[in-house]
Amino acid sequence: MTLLQVQGLSVQARGRALVEDVDLTLAPGERLGLVGESGSGKSLTALAVLGLLPPGLTASGRVLLDGRPVIGQPDRALVPLRGAVAAMVFQDPRMALDPLMRLGDQLAVPLRRRAAREGRSMSRQDLRAAQVAALERVAIAEPARILDAWPHQVSGGQRQRVAIAMALACGPRLLIADEPTTALDVSTQAEVMALLDRLVRDEGLALLFISHDLPVVAGIADRVTVMARGRVVEEGPTAQVFHAPAQPYTQGLIAAARRLDAALGPGE
Amino acid sequence: MRRLTFRLGLVLLGLAFAVALTTLVWTPWPVEDMSGGRLAGPSWAHWAGTDRLGRDSLSQVMIGARIALMVGLGATLVGGLIGTVAGVLAGFAQRGLDDALAAALDILIAFPTLLLAMLVVAASETASLGTAILAIGLAMSAIIARLVRVVSKRVLAQDYVTAARCCGAGWLRIVLTHVLPNIAPTLLVALALQFGLAVIAEASLSYLGLGAPPPNASWGQLLQQAQATVYTAPLGVLVPGGALVLLVLAINFVADGLRDLLDDSAEVRE
Repeated sequence: MTLLQVQGLSVQARGRALVEDVDLTLAPGERLGLVGESGSGKSLTALAVLGLLPPGLTASGRVLLDGRPVIGQPDRALVPLRGAVAAMVFQDPRMALDPLMRLGDQLAVPLRRRAAREGRSMSRQDLRAAQVAALERVAIAEPARILDAWPHQVSGGQRQRVAIAMALACGPRLLIADEPTTALDVSTQAEVMALLDRLVRDEGLALLFISHDLPVVAGIADRVTVMARGRVVEEGPTAQVFHAPAQPYTQGLIAAARRLDAALGPGE
Repeated sequence: MRRLTFRLGLVLLGLAFAVALTTLVWTPWPVEDMSGGRLAGPSWAHWAGTDRLGRDSLSQVMIGARIALMVGLGATLVGGLIGTVAGVLAGFAQRGLDDALAAALDILIAFPTLLLAMLVVAASETASLGTAILAIGLAMSAIIARLVRVVSKRVLAQDYVTAARCCGAGWLRIVLTHVLPNIAPTLLVALALQFGLAVIAEASLSYLGLGAPPPNASWGQLLQQAQATVYTAPLGVLVPGGALVLLVLAINFVADGLRDLLDDSAEVRE
């Protein structure tokens, strides 16, 4: 049974189509890369999957998350799906954490909700232990210090780790990562990618990885879907798409990435 | 300089509150006491002179401080409460309802406060402290709601709200943990400024006889009574007028200082 099935998804803003006729499927434990330039509709596709499109945008088509419909459903019907089935990590960790809440308090919210969902009661000590465990899972060295810190007091890489910890704390089976390393510096990028790779494998999660960065996608995804101007232009196993791209658009993207690598010089 | 005006504002405002609280148990003269002689000038017995009925002016101005603060705070509370609830609702609302609410707010803001006050007084058939608080609070709520609607929309568009919704947070949770704390600094400064305007509005209402009824010596009412004798006894206008200006100035100083303070802390957090 598929975890995520998207059929003929379109997103409109005042009659203008931003995403058109997109199909995606994702089985449990599968890793799909969604590639395209900025503005190609990748992020909107991801938000539409969770029913979280910004106001003014409407989705049509069919989205089944764990077999349950998303499009056209009231928010009330979607709240139980979010977190429990799919959770999301965002591009900019500065924006994805509330500046007025301590990191520990932010992390406590999904932990408590998950406990309530699973009918467990949670004492103060249980919560603290769960918070520390959640941070250790994302390889944060001093969990106690980070839990008491404000978002502005920790580095970008650490913020993104906390954001990942929050997403995992919901207990999802599908993790949607929207350009999770774009706002980070190069060495931190590699660390966060290695972390995501390990977490997805250890927890047996499905991954929808969105990026414009082809080498990064090649490193983590089994299959790739390429989007341009709101439409899917190519899809297939990662190796096939990257080594023998069928569409001119994909060929252009790959050639551009190669040229960039060449310009950066050997050793990159 | 900013620090100085903030402190001065706090001291003056604290003084006003102290005077207002004192009048609950003590005034230099009982307000009904008419033994001072008509329109007497300042003396050791009556520091600010007496009014045309021979009552002590200082005692009345002190009680006026209590009325001004009560109506000002009450109206700010009413306006802040209604305005925040309406603004957050509009912030969350879908396009159609949001447009309707925004239009309703614009209409309410275009309504003069005095006209609104007259309608409230007419509806409740008597003018009292309560009607003054309700009228000023209602007028204020539209201004606060419009502000809250915009700032809460800005908060709702943040990734951390989407992230929270991704984890299955309902709208009440979002309001309580993300929206209210993040709009609080802006809201607090706006309410402080509105508090000052509410004090002026109260004086205007009672000057027109739409505020608290006579035994309550409101500043607007004192000004209105002293108006007829302004050439012979200018003190009757100067004392309540000066008190009004000082209180509003103090509130504005505090509001400005608060804005600087909250801006600073917001910068540190970035």
